[in-house]
This record gives sequence, structure tokens and C-alpha cells, in this order.
Amino acid sequence: MTLGVFMFYLISATILFFSVLTIASRKMLRAAIYLLFVLVATAGFYFLLNYQFLAGVQLTLYAGGIVVLIIFSILLTSHISHKFERPAAWKLWMGLSVLVAGSGTALWVLLLQPFSKNPAVKEVPVTMHLIGNQLLSLEKNGYVLPFELISILLLAAMVAAIVVAKKENN
Amino acid sequence: MIQGLSIYHFLVVSTLMFFIGVAGFIIRQNLITILLSVELILNSVVINFLVFNRFLYPDQLQGHFFSLFIIGIAAAEASVAIALIINIYRRIHNINADNVNEMKF
Repeated sequence: MTLGVFMFYLISATILFFSVLTIASRKMLRAAIYLLFVLVATAGFYFLLNYQFLAGVQLTLYAGGIVVLIIFSILLTSHISHKFERPAAWKLWMGLSVLVAGSGTALWVLLLQPFSKNPAVKEVPVTMHLIGNQLLSLEKNGYVLPFELISILLLAAMVAAIVVAKKENN
Repeated sequence: MIQGLSIYHFLVVSTLMFFIGVAGFIIRQNLITILLSVELILNSVVINFLVFNRFLYPDQLQGHFFSLFIIGIAAAEASVAIALIINIYRRIHNINADNVNEMKF
């Protein structure tokens, strides 16, 4: 077993264990911290797949930004020591049956599906130079239109968040 | 490409993560924990995009860019959702999904 394979099993065990805890924990702040562990372990997957830039984005934006935002909103809206009641039995059974049936079907289809790579395809190294060029290119394989659209989307989301959350002055 | 790992290894993990997120979406009642489940689902989709990019089409970066945009949209979605949740909390003093059955106050 090489180091890469060992790291893969370690990371996937972390991801699955903490995702189950995220949806099962009865304390909300703990659920958010477990989600943080899942996101950091996912960044480990990206390093394993050799996408270093995206792993950095995942760590700074997801693990650093979104989780902190969620923790702030938890602190604003509920007491830390608050513990959820157990979910209703029918809801629990419905969720578990969706989990079993859905993942069973998806895995069954997935494992029967032959994925074949075209052997002529050459692997390109993912450099910052290549990412920057393609992100702002108008040529084939250029992504300047979604790049500009997402900048407008982020501006709209920022304005919307401020307008929705601000206090009404009566 | 990693020696000894196939595309199936990664896809099994991301599939399980996706359906754990869906189950959490159904089981949970609090709006913020529902948001946590949505983040799990989005994250598993990002893993899928990257794995297909790396194992099947490593000559291009399409999955990489889609993942980048998904992460950006997830950030926008989380910020707007949290603004809505805080507004709901201000009006009815709790954030249980069962209590939010009226859109107009």
C-alpha cells in the first residue's frame, strides 16, 4: 500500500465519519465544527488529485469563510448549550430509507458503468499561468463569460444580504 | 493519476456523502442545520467534477473551472440564506422549519 492509497483511505474515512456526525449531532455548534472537518478533508482530496489551487480556494473560502459565517449565525440565533429534541420517528425512517435506497441505486449504476479514458489524451500540468489564462480568455476553452457573470452574482448577493438582514426603521 | 486508485474509489465516497447530505436535509428541522446539509451536497458535487476531470479528461480544465464557480455560488447562497434566517429569527424568535409556514406577516 503506497502513501497515496493510505492517505485516500484516511481522508475518505474522515469525510464519511464526520458527514454522518454533521447530520446526527444534536448540538448545533458541534455540527458546524464537524462540517469544518469534512471541508478540510475534502481539500485533502483535491491535493491528492493534484489540484493545489482549488484546494487553497476550498480552505480559504469554504473552511475559512462559509463556516465562520455559519458559526456567527448560530451564535446569533440560538443558545450554545441548546440541544435538539430527537427527530420524529417517521422523519428519521424516511431520511434513512432515502439514504439507503438512493445510495444503493446510485452505487449499483456507478459500479456497473465502465469509464474509459481516451489513451491519446495527454495530461496537462495545472499551473497558475494556465488557470489565469483560461479564466480570462475569449478563445476556445475560455471562461470569461461565467467569470463576469459570477462577479455580478456576488455583488447581487452582497446587496441582497445587506437589504434582507438590515433592521427596519419604524 | 495516483497509483492503485481508480475513479470508482473517489466516486463511491462522493456518492455516499451526497446521500448523507440528502438524508440530513430530510431529517433536520432547524434551518441552519438544513443549510449544513446543503453544503455537504454541494461539496460532494465538486468532488465529482474534479474526479471526472482528472481521470477521464486530464487534457482540459473544465471540471476545475466548474468547481471554482460552484464554490463561488455556494458562498453567495450561504450569505443570502443566513441573512434570511436572521430576518426570520427577528420576526418569530426561532428558526425551526416547521414554524415557518407563513410567507406574509
